[in-house]
Amino acid sequence: MTELRTHPTERLAVAPPLGVRVPFVAAVGAVAAGQLGRVRVARGPLLVVATIQSLGLVVLLRGVVHRGDVATSASIVAGSTVLVVAFVALNLLAQRFGALRSNAALDYYAALPVSPAAVVLGTAASYATFTVPGAVVTAVAGAAIYRLPFGHLWVVLPVIVVASVVLAGFGALLGLSLPRPELATIAGQLGMTIVLFLGIIPPSHLPVVARGVRAVVPGTLAVDALADALRAHTDWTGVVVRLAITTAYGVAALALAGVAMRRAVDR
Amino acid sequence: MNGCAAYEVRGLAKSYRGAATPANLDIDLDIPTGEVFGLLGPNGAGKTTLVRQLVGLVRPDAGSLTLFGHDLLADREVAKRLVSYLAQDEPALAELAVRRAVETTARLRGARRAEAGRQATGLIDELGLGDLADTPLVRLSGGQRRLACVASALAAERNVLILDEPTTGLDPVARRAVWTALRRRRDEHGTTIVLVTHNVIEAETVLDRVAVLDRGRVIACDTPGRLKAAVDDCVRVDLVWRHDPPLDDRTVELLARSAVVDGRRWSARLERDQARDVLDRLTRGPVFDALDDFTVATPSLEDVYLSLGGLNHDLERG
Repeated sequence: MTELRTHPTERLAVAPPLGVRVPFVAAVGAVAAGQLGRVRVARGPLLVVATIQSLGLVVLLRGVVHRGDVATSASIVAGSTVLVVAFVALNLLAQRFGALRSNAALDYYAALPVSPAAVVLGTAASYATFTVPGAVVTAVAGAAIYRLPFGHLWVVLPVIVVASVVLAGFGALLGLSLPRPELATIAGQLGMTIVLFLGIIPPSHLPVVARGVRAVVPGTLAVDALADALRAHTDWTGVVVRLAITTAYGVAALALAGVAMRRAVDR
Repeated sequence: MNGCAAYEVRGLAKSYRGAATPANLDIDLDIPTGEVFGLLGPNGAGKTTLVRQLVGLVRPDAGSLTLFGHDLLADREVAKRLVSYLAQDEPALAELAVRRAVETTARLRGARRAEAGRQATGLIDELGLGDLADTPLVRLSGGQRRLACVASALAAERNVLILDEPTTGLDPVARRAVWTALRRRRDEHGTTIVLVTHNVIEAETVLDRVAVLDRGRVIACDTPGRLKAAVDDCVRVDLVWRHDPPLDDRTVELLARSAVVDGRRWSARLERDQARDVLDRLTRGPVFDALDDFTVATPSLEDVYLSLGGLNHDLERG
């Protein structure tokens, strides 16, 4: 057998220097790279499910929208597009963090010299990246089916980024805050359903109370920004303001998720 | 001298809400730099709570805890920058391929991407994981997965390694590879190693000193040799009966009073003369036919644990 105790070791005369604290951006990159490796296996099926769900809605609702009702058509396409992001960033991330919290997997990160916010953001970023193909396909197909102008469709890219930030922030917050993973799963799915209904239905078709609720639901301003871009005459100031507010909302949610993570491991 | 000690622990205590007994109580430990220090005890003895306190993951209710002179209770960040911790399980890594798991951990300890890649390659070679490098941990056997987690724990050199049962489930070859890897780090870099185990053989083989824990308290702390010397006048007699033991025999009846019974397996600690006498009577008389097997062993750390009042009997001997 191997003996370890035969070599007396010279003791350090002074305390060793502390190892580095990993810079925030480097930590985000490392977490995201690791998570991308993890989700690669499940990526295909999840993408297909998220995309088919949204494309199905776009096709189904085509039958109940009058030709020429551009506002409603744009809302349906934009809402369905952001729904792909909600499926992954809100629903799946809530489940992921709920699972990490329940099986003490957060200890792995808590014992490393990285900020909790970097772990949240890195994980969220990795999930967000694989929403891109499904969201783009939904937006392009939706614009074609509803005969909406393609000219400003590039707005879908910043919308995906911004919606990912806010929905991933809330997904992480739910997963890290709720005491049981089952609750995180339910909350994630419920959140996705709320985004679905309040995102797809144009605000003008909602009761006044629901409009107030809609205003605070994460992601709906991103839906509105994309819907506006899908019309012939786009209010660019409105688009920029909506995306900026959504980004600020998302940063706040991510920061809160970072705090929730710190609390989840600080037992 | 404070600057030389890796850990200085005084009066550490922790109780979890709703638990009948404290997770640990009045823990005093000194772990010098470069020592391979062990925590031995049965399941539920408080080993994992103690190492989680040493890593800064559990805040104690009372006591003090310093790492290389830094007050860990005031600044838990210090532990993250000096200590590499291997938990009993690493579910966060489960779906990563082995190489990616090691590389990611190295990067999250501050290694640059290229350096992390080199370290991953080196560790995979060192621990014989080459054939499994691209396999997700979740698809590995328990032992292979544990070995991959050890590789992650060794990524990016740290001054202190805290490993919670690193060799559980490993085959002898892999276990030896882990011990060799630990020895190399201790000898070449003066790495301090705190190793949790409930395996007596591992404790006796690899540790410089060992703290024996029972029900949250340190009931002994010394070198394995000195601890065993305290019970040197005893031997352990293990008996396996073919069928129900003949309790009408006077020797068997006497033995039954002190033996720990596990089905048809009996284990008794006896003084040497007493053991000689008991074995003489058991092997000569008709009782011998009822015996399936018997062994006599010199004291182990398990005997130390039991002699100090330890009640649990789930320490591993293999």
